[in-house]
Amino acid sequence: MRASLFITCYNDTLYPETGRAVVRLLERLGVELEFNPKQTCCGQMHANTGFRAEAFSQAKRLVRLYQDAETVVVPSSSCVAMMREQYPGIIEQMGNKELLKQYAELMPRVYELSEFLIDKLGVEDVGAYFPHRVTYHASCHGVRALHLGERPYKLLAKVGGLTLQTLPNVDRCCGFGGTFSVKNAEVSSAMLAVKLQDVISTGAEFCTALDNSCLMHLGGAMHRQYAGMKTIHMAQILASTEENPAEATL
Amino acid sequence: MSHAAASSHAELDPRKALPFPKAVLPVLRNPQLRKNVAHAIDVIQAKRAKLVAEKTDWQELRTAASALRTHALENLGAYLEQFEERCTAAGGTVHWAADAEEARHIILDILRQENASEVIKIKTMTSAEIQLNPYLEGNGVSTFETDLAEIILQLGELEPSHIVVPALHVNRSQVREIFARRMGRPELSDDPKELTNAARTFLRQKFLSIPTAISGANFLIAETGAVGVVESEGNGRMCLTLPKTMITIAGIEKVLPSFQDLEVTLQLLARSATGERMNPYTSIWTGVKPGDGPQKFHVVLLDNGRSSILGKSKERQTLKCIRCAACMNSCPVYRQTGGHAYGSVYPGPIGAILTPQLMQMKHAQTLPFASSLCGACYEVCPVKINIPQVLLELRSQVVNQERKQVGRVFDPMYLGLRAANLLFAQAWIFHTAQWFGRMGLGMFTGKDGWIHWLPSVGGKWTQTRDLRGLPSQNFHEWWAKQRGSKPSKGAK
Repeated sequence: MRASLFITCYNDTLYPETGRAVVRLLERLGVELEFNPKQTCCGQMHANTGFRAEAFSQAKRLVRLYQDAETVVVPSSSCVAMMREQYPGIIEQMGNKELLKQYAELMPRVYELSEFLIDKLGVEDVGAYFPHRVTYHASCHGVRALHLGERPYKLLAKVGGLTLQTLPNVDRCCGFGGTFSVKNAEVSSAMLAVKLQDVISTGAEFCTALDNSCLMHLGGAMHRQYAGMKTIHMAQILASTEENPAEATL
Repeated sequence: MSHAAASSHAELDPRKALPFPKAVLPVLRNPQLRKNVAHAIDVIQAKRAKLVAEKTDWQELRTAASALRTHALENLGAYLEQFEERCTAAGGTVHWAADAEEARHIILDILRQENASEVIKIKTMTSAEIQLNPYLEGNGVSTFETDLAEIILQLGELEPSHIVVPALHVNRSQVREIFARRMGRPELSDDPKELTNAARTFLRQKFLSIPTAISGANFLIAETGAVGVVESEGNGRMCLTLPKTMITIAGIEKVLPSFQDLEVTLQLLARSATGERMNPYTSIWTGVKPGDGPQKFHVVLLDNGRSSILGKSKERQTLKCIRCAACMNSCPVYRQTGGHAYGSVYPGPIGAILTPQLMQMKHAQTLPFASSLCGACYEVCPVKINIPQVLLELRSQVVNQERKQVGRVFDPMYLGLRAANLLFAQAWIFHTAQWFGRMGLGMFTGKDGWIHWLPSVGGKWTQTRDLRGLPSQNFHEWWAKQRGSKPSKGAK
């Protein structure tokens, strides 16, 4: 199995440990990983803020960059949602038939990380060990755009030592919303306060998700408030083993 | 007399309202209002979820409703003409109003012909949209709302904050205070039953003495020329039976092709709106019938910006709305802010797309951005309006307007996003920008490796959250070091 890793711009810039964990995890499972060094961004931030022409130039670039990739794996549910939900409309409006065709051919080969593990590799037990109490934030794009459903729970259930704490109101938004978090900072913070109450009420040590953008939001508030809790991308939990624990726990 | 929690001076005219991010500030600091709103919509949402779960064909119903609403809108001209013909044949009079002003004039003219100095009203959002009550009051016609929530708002001089339960931001002790003061009933307690009885006594006199009524419409049926109102309290039924003259105001998008279409629509509406299998009162009437109900019946068909929405393929779906409010009940933004901050009689996600469009994109331009795009509204919408998609379309229109404005050079968000586009065009530029970003943010990074304060737009983030400082090595740098920088297969 060969797969090309689209790390996404903000993971590359802010959360390289998530990328390293994806590499460790997938190579342990026998995947031959490639990394296209020309990759930048999927255009989500531009599209969601109304900069459609700019989003199109990112979309066009990404579709062409990966057209020869056998499989593309992306450790960010919102970026995959961007490609699946928004690319067709944007390309239809601003692109041409050829690009739309290239997009249609590429998309069935693009997987979010948990989709890649469960649907493509067919594994639930990735041999991980993470002896901590963890709660899972499902994230809006994971729930309502990608319909990840039970996949993340199946993966977490097989992690040695892990105790999963149920998150109340699991499908409610954390208030991040990309530029929404600064354009409507006060409402975003109010939503975050409510979410954080639910997350903290679980008594977990870690809040995990398949999207570092929500975790940046939640984690930023946890740090500000000395909440005694940390965030960790699920890739890092799944990469963690008894001999080689996750960096966040060190 | 203080009733601060109800924020009595909300401005629901989009032409005058504050931008959303400013309008929310007093609300977010108001614990009572936030508790009232969150509690009310959590209760409705839980009831809705339970009843939706028992319908095994819910998704098929949504699909059918979406299709029939789309069909009605795509053939709206023909169906409206059919409605006019059938309604007229049944003894009704149909009026066409291009905008709010024309609709107000038509209604006042009818009331003057009837020598009406008082009018009773069934809850109607369309009337609120055209600001009918203040206009009529200013022209010597007293208006009396008959829906319980609307009475609370009218007597308390408050604005609606929700389209189905418009007084959900007011709690019962506030209701008691309003009723005691305005009905002259200082002995009232805050027992809901006692308050409801007080409203009932107050209303009886109005029902029995005022011969003219105004209603909205949940639907117009083209096939028969019928008009329908769906309600819970029976006040509508009273208004539809006792008065001699009935005036209905309805947006032109409210047409359903046939009576049969109610099968799908009514199953969805009550469950979505109030979490009931069926609403208690569904009244459908066709023109006039001698000896039965109002003997004069007028329908005012209101455009007020709707036909311009109809002409746009991406935005048209906005008009599928059947005003159930499930979108606002499910919205995590609305849950924090309530309705007034939207500066429109249509709040929540549907208001965020409908209001700016009704204003021809000249006002309410912050509303399309008043959403985290979480998608909960689309998930619950019984007619499958893809609200996030329309929000994005409108955001793009706002940005395209901004591109032509000189002031854009002072907007750090605008400049930042334009610049980011250049960075993402080439990996080497992106990587250079990452390096500069690391240097720049490094100045703000504390000894704990976290950023606690940032200037400008960044300060909007750090006002409530920290940001972890940028790592010393980006992922692509790590990869290049570990695996070499040889371009992988497929790279161009």
